[in-house]
Amino acid sequence: MRAVTTASRAQGPFRLTDEHQMLRDAVRVLADDRVAPRAAEIDKTGEFPEDMRRLLADHDILALPFPTEHGGLGGELLSICLAVEQLSRACATTGLILAVQELGSLPITLAGTDEQKERWFPGLASGEQLIAFALTEPEAGSDAAAARTTAKRDGDDYVIDGSKRFISQGSVADLVVVFAVTDPEAPRHQRLSAFVVEVPSDGFAVTRVEHKMGIRGSPTAELAFTDLRVPAANRLGEEGEGWSIAMRTLDRSRPGIAAQAVGIAQGALEAATAYARDRKQFGQRIGDFQLVGGMLADMDAQTEAARQLLYKACVEIDAGAPDASRWSAMCKLVAGDAAMRVTTDAVQVLGGYGYIDEFPVERMMRDAKITQLYEGTQQIQRLVIARTLLGKAD
Amino acid sequence: MRIVVLTKPVPDPASGGERLLPDGRLDRANSPAVVNGNDEYVLEKALKLIEAAGEGEVILLTMAPESAPETMRKALAMGATRGVLVTDPAIAGSDAVATTRILAAALKTLDFDLVFAGVDTSDGTAGVVAPGVAALTGLPYLSYAASVDPDEAARKVRVKRITADGYEVLEAPMPALISGTQALGEPRYPSLKGIMAARSKEITTMSLTDLGIDGTSVGLDGATTKVVDSRPPEARGATKVVRDAPDEAARQIVALLAERRII
Repeated sequence: MRAVTTASRAQGPFRLTDEHQMLRDAVRVLADDRVAPRAAEIDKTGEFPEDMRRLLADHDILALPFPTEHGGLGGELLSICLAVEQLSRACATTGLILAVQELGSLPITLAGTDEQKERWFPGLASGEQLIAFALTEPEAGSDAAAARTTAKRDGDDYVIDGSKRFISQGSVADLVVVFAVTDPEAPRHQRLSAFVVEVPSDGFAVTRVEHKMGIRGSPTAELAFTDLRVPAANRLGEEGEGWSIAMRTLDRSRPGIAAQAVGIAQGALEAATAYARDRKQFGQRIGDFQLVGGMLADMDAQTEAARQLLYKACVEIDAGAPDASRWSAMCKLVAGDAAMRVTTDAVQVLGGYGYIDEFPVERMMRDAKITQLYEGTQQIQRLVIARTLLGKAD
Repeated sequence: MRIVVLTKPVPDPASGGERLLPDGRLDRANSPAVVNGNDEYVLEKALKLIEAAGEGEVILLTMAPESAPETMRKALAMGATRGVLVTDPAIAGSDAVATTRILAAALKTLDFDLVFAGVDTSDGTAGVVAPGVAALTGLPYLSYAASVDPDEAARKVRVKRITADGYEVLEAPMPALISGTQALGEPRYPSLKGIMAARSKEITTMSLTDLGIDGTSVGLDGATTKVVDSRPPEARGATKVVRDAPDEAARQIVALLAERRII
């Protein structure tokens, strides 16, 4: 007699394991039943869907990224991305709640001490608390190392001054990971340190919530810090390690955005296919016209290609591939572009009906655009990939 | 309370991917498999009983090729505590009699208060294994259960047994073996927590040697029945779907049946 566990192989070569399929289907059923019916309204009102956050919390979806010893489910990257994909297929804003929870908590996962994890992860895993990732500033977007927000040591505290912009869920987060300059004189990539700011705190203010083209239910905030005191115990990693933490975070978080993009594309493909099957013109289904059928075929192929690259990237990154940056940049690049093309074509397939809010594809097209912009523009993804190809100049 | 649930991986009806060996037998090792439907209903009942009792174990007992842990994982994700897999190359080709002997021998190695089984399986549909196991282990056998009410203190179990024209109430001492169908209630879909927890649940494997069974007495050589022929069912003809309101739909269906002289 011998005992084996049922732990699945992380590297299922070409098919998802039964476990991953089960997980995907569990989230899909929930997304179809509970999320999809809310998507249009969330987009229309532009309000953060507190009910969706509750739903994800109640079904342990927000627990996926966190280790079991801190109240999470210990999901690896592929599991998290399968969940983001299925949620985003119904509603990109709802998928983003999980993606941002993962993004914001990664600096703690990568650089936090066990004490810090025990302090913050249980609340995040239960979904009681939300977390945001604050790197971008008005004058430091793609060039994030040019951040101006400062953190000055004062006894056992740091005092943070400055502002951050385009912070997803910045106005609803209970914790904000802030990257601030601790040593202005240090070399470019050693100037920043990372801090966990607990909200509310004196000196913390939400100064603006953007009016956006898509993901309208996800509040994108401008945050201001004025003499904000943070205990040194809230610093993640060493002083000067901030840039490295931020970059390693993005290596693991970009697949979450790729998953959001694949989900949006899949949702648009399904809506367009259903329409092309029902809509009759000239006495036949419009999908049977080769020009329309061909578009659907291209949309399917592009979505599937992006999905396969995403799944492969997840497995490679989890396996500790040395070129994790490349995998994560490639899957975000391919999936973001696929989502934009597929949703644009979905609007085309629906014609005039695609342009009005009676059908979901115009929303999906607006939502898709952000996946080409955030967590590094598509141009930055190409830079990252090219750098790993070329290596450093002499 | 401990409940053993007999679960069998059967070809996945949704995949259409079942493969036959040259001699006509099902190639179980290479056909996409799912847990047999009736087994999921009794598993659901077992889980509910343990939840209501507040303590106990649901143990899966499966006889299948080595790949079975993949299929057993869904049952573990639904909430079963652990699994026991009887697997041995010599088992391939076993008939219902050999299957019964093997499962009975495996059951004797376990502690339990109740044994649950689906009333039949969707591949063979013989429905003889569960009563056979009861006979070989000397357990009372209560079939076609629509409800199961164990009284642990009194060591008795009461079952509503579905009959052709209603149901009868049966009572037996515990431990007992009970078979059931969908009348026991819809099986739950595994939760995320269940799915992730299933990773660390244990599946113990047992070979024929572990059970003291001679390999030549089971499998193809030991079989008392022989597969003469097998083929996929013929594709169904065109289906007529009636979508009208109930009264109108009923009228159309009656007319259709009358037209074909079925009524």
